[in-house]
Amino acid sequence: MEINFTHHQSAHCENGVVSNLMKHNGFDISEPMVFGIGSGLLYCYLPFLKVNHAPAITYRAMPGAIFKRFAKRVGVKIQHEKFKNPAKAKARLDENLENNNPVGLQVGVYNLVYFPDEYRFHFNAHNLVVYGKEGDNYLISDPVMETVTTLTDKELEKVRFAKGALAPKGHIYYPKAFPEKLDLEKAIVKGIKHTCKDMLAPVPIVGVKGIKMVARLIRKWPKKHGVRKANHYLGQIVRMQEEIGTGGGGFRYIFAAFLQESSKILKNEKLAELSEEMTVIGDLWRDFALDASRIYRNRKAKLDAYNDVASQLETIAEKERTFFKALRKAV
Amino acid sequence: MKKHDVPQDKSNLESTKSKELCYAVNEKGEYTTAHSSGWEPKTIALDNAIAEVNARIENARQNVINNKTSPLEYYMEVHKMDIPILASYVGMWQWRVKRHFKPRVFAKLSNKILQKYADVFEITITELKEIKHGD
Repeated sequence: MEINFTHHQSAHCENGVVSNLMKHNGFDISEPMVFGIGSGLLYCYLPFLKVNHAPAITYRAMPGAIFKRFAKRVGVKIQHEKFKNPAKAKARLDENLENNNPVGLQVGVYNLVYFPDEYRFHFNAHNLVVYGKEGDNYLISDPVMETVTTLTDKELEKVRFAKGALAPKGHIYYPKAFPEKLDLEKAIVKGIKHTCKDMLAPVPIVGVKGIKMVARLIRKWPKKHGVRKANHYLGQIVRMQEEIGTGGGGFRYIFAAFLQESSKILKNEKLAELSEEMTVIGDLWRDFALDASRIYRNRKAKLDAYNDVASQLETIAEKERTFFKALRKAV
Repeated sequence: MKKHDVPQDKSNLESTKSKELCYAVNEKGEYTTAHSSGWEPKTIALDNAIAEVNARIENARQNVINNKTSPLEYYMEVHKMDIPILASYVGMWQWRVKRHFKPRVFAKLSNKILQKYADVFEITITELKEIKHGD
């Protein structure tokens, strides 16, 4: 059995699943629109969490938050369910497929067999759509992949019941009720206001202040931990910023695309200008990644090099502070 | 980023013939999507991270050979896990898992407990007690 579902590749899995499910239900919503309305853009340094034995920095909102906010702001009702029992989780999935309803699933990446080995690590907040079943094979639309794929019964159960931080517990979700017309204008303004609030938050580890804090840490790392560890940490920052999913520049380009689209919907010229500014800031993030990579490429880096990339981050932080203040006024 | 600047470097994505999606600006200044085969700064970061994982595995292997830790730690590193993740998979407290890393404690573990670990690593109990010395 196969549901007539169109797969569109996206940069990030969560936006992609939402955008694809909305399109399936007849609402043409782009990935940047989902990301912007769901206030996906964030910067947060998580001092108590280690990922791959290095400090964790996130460039986006908590997994699940984008979908939740998006749905609330445009007035779509979502059905969510988590399970203790894998058999029940499978039954609920099959039931939905029987009813011609493609569903979103939260899964762990480590056992996702169609990913290249190098990308398989213990990250449990990946999202994909199941749109049918043929014998023992589930038909999978993973938004970050170019084409659709399949997973066997066993393989799907394993990723749905991955363990560790943010364990998916078979999490299944799908939109169940839609308004007649989506009220995008109001939703966009809400999304933008929320992002500005987050990025300008008076909390030392969040937003612009968080970027500055990480810049200060980078200056200290080589002396405190030695060059090898400092390079490992720096490499991790670049991966979080640029690895599959961010669309480049730590989500700045997706956000700029959202502002451009919004300027047409809201007929607000200022947003188009700000979109261009965000693109320039995105380019600065790319430059930072490039220069950071020059440090960890040759393992003996000079101390100056760390100070240089730290200064780059501080410049970005200042530009973003001005940017988000202007954006707040523009809507 | 301009559309024609979207990097097309070699990367680990090549093995799956897949490309990732980026957002970039076209000649008219409009946002559009573009495929990227990879970007060198990312590839180096990923390669370094993999080298780091391999170094951890080798270190654990040496410690098992020198009887400083149990094979559990070696298999944990092979599966890119850390103690919180492994503890969550076997459903035990972290301190218990950590204790099982002591070769003396590991030698006395019951088959029931060993089976839990073996299931997570998808190997037999016999394999769990040995580590491959060759490769």
